[in-house]
Amino acid sequence: MTTPDNLKYTKTHEWVKAEADGTLTVGITFHAQDMLGDVVFLQPPEVGRTLRKGEECAVIESVKAAADIYAPVSGEVVAANQELADKPEKVNQDPYAAWMFRIKPADPGELGALLDAAAYQEVAEADKH
Amino acid sequence: MLIFELSRPGRHSKGLSPHAAPGQGAIPEKHLRAQPPLLPEVSELDVVRHYTGLSQKNFSIDTHFYPLGSCTMKYNPRACNALAMLPQFLARHPAAPDDTGQGFLECMFELQELLKEVTGMEAVSLAPMAGAQGEFAGVAMIRAYHDSRGDAGRREILVPDAAHGTNPASAVMCGYTVREIATDAEGNVDIAALGSAVGPHTAGLMLTNPSTLGVFERGILEMGTIVHDAGGLLYYDGANLNAILGEVRPGDMGFDVIHINLHKTFSTPHGGGGPGAGPVGVNARLAPFLPLPLVAEAKGAYRLLGDADRPLSIGRLGAQLGNAGVLLRAYIYARMLGLEGMRRVAAFATLNANYLMAELRKAGFELAFPRRRASHEFLITLQGLKQRTGVTAMDVAKRLLDKGAHAPTTYFPLMVPECLLIEPTETESKRTLDAFVAAMKEILAEASENPALLKNAPHTTPVRRLDDVKAAREPRLTWKSP
Repeated sequence: MTTPDNLKYTKTHEWVKAEADGTLTVGITFHAQDMLGDVVFLQPPEVGRTLRKGEECAVIESVKAAADIYAPVSGEVVAANQELADKPEKVNQDPYAAWMFRIKPADPGELGALLDAAAYQEVAEADKH
Repeated sequence: MLIFELSRPGRHSKGLSPHAAPGQGAIPEKHLRAQPPLLPEVSELDVVRHYTGLSQKNFSIDTHFYPLGSCTMKYNPRACNALAMLPQFLARHPAAPDDTGQGFLECMFELQELLKEVTGMEAVSLAPMAGAQGEFAGVAMIRAYHDSRGDAGRREILVPDAAHGTNPASAVMCGYTVREIATDAEGNVDIAALGSAVGPHTAGLMLTNPSTLGVFERGILEMGTIVHDAGGLLYYDGANLNAILGEVRPGDMGFDVIHINLHKTFSTPHGGGGPGAGPVGVNARLAPFLPLPLVAEAKGAYRLLGDADRPLSIGRLGAQLGNAGVLLRAYIYARMLGLEGMRRVAAFATLNANYLMAELRKAGFELAFPRRRASHEFLITLQGLKQRTGVTAMDVAKRLLDKGAHAPTTYFPLMVPECLLIEPTETESKRTLDAFVAAMKEILAEASENPALLKNAPHTTPVRRLDDVKAAREPRLTWKSP
């Protein structure tokens, strides 16, 4: 399954998982890592940083390209996965386990505006053609 | 093997060693180094064999077809080299007084004039030493222009999503924020998106035309009006000037400022990092801000203009007048062609690209923009091939090396999946293009019959498939004596 049903998505290819404590975990989708190819560098946002929805907040580099990762909702960064900086290949190996940062949303209602798996699948398909 | 690894203590080439020059001893003792520098100790023959061996491993325009899209790898005529290497040019000190270098300055002045004419701009500076430096200078002039009018609220540069990565980088280096403009399904800038993006915050739009998608922006005049009406300026990235040289002028399309990659369009040697030359051209309202030095002529005498002549200039980009040797080669190339020759450059570059595009399509390759005429380059997408066989654009690119052609540009522009950006240039014959098509046909067949052959390519080059992931993750950029 390249687009798990239990996650939310953005048009810019981030996945978002709602945690029990109200925070949101963010990573990039299977489709995104497939388009990027082998990931060689990742810079997550600093913990404590306040993000606006849609703001560039992390950088990812592959052998093909450098790309930005965008904040799926507004809020504060409460955790960042530093392990990925040393092992960026994990993004390719299992993109839905390789989380990048966790955000405490300023407005929990923003989660509802994100795409569901079916809607994101359409975005990803359109991207291939 | 590095030349340092050939080093043996005490080995040297007496005949080529430096001799004590008159005046040596003038440097005070305290400034002299105590230890000799760590240079390789090798014989003359060691040096000759080492570098000849390296040159034989080269995959270059002198040895192979090199269809590297957006880079315009064309043949560098030997006459340009021979004339630029005249001892009177080579031995001239760059800081020599103007009156002892009138011939050189005349060449540079004429190059400024030629470039003005062929681009339709009012004034040209030869100072920038690379395309990226030209971009920096161009955007710095846009900023200087707005600032000079007290129009300080313009802090945003618009860049199409298909642009060269240097465009947003140059804008950010000049203190601007960047807003991306989308491309429509036919490869044009989305004019409605442009219209809703401009405003009193717009400093300018950076555009390559023909674009990196290998198509001519048909709405360029309308786009110019939209940007100008909002008070912004129009920047032309000259990377693809080869397609329109002498036929269509950026100045006539409404551009206010441009840079030209002489090392592409004007055929000076490049690849492997330079040296480049990125002259900038401007219309009258930006002329006061041009980078220095400029070459001026009065009553048949030539001189370099400096700060006193141009107080509003954005300044100098280097100690001297650009990469003088590269500028000379470009000047000679331009003089050999003349305006008529330049038109033929554009015509044949476009003809070759469209011929190659049509032949590859017949051979079964999928075009990224099948309804568009190619400019001087075009895009094929191997997304379908990847889905059918697992063979990627990179595998095809590597296999081409075995077939005697340099790989096209891969994975750029980013918006086209598994793409190859192919630019044959005007200097290739039909025979070379047909051989390339034949090689691509063979590779297409191999992709179905024996994908492993492609996955492990190249097989015949001095080094095989490089581990670019390891190189990026664990770069080793220095060598230390064991």
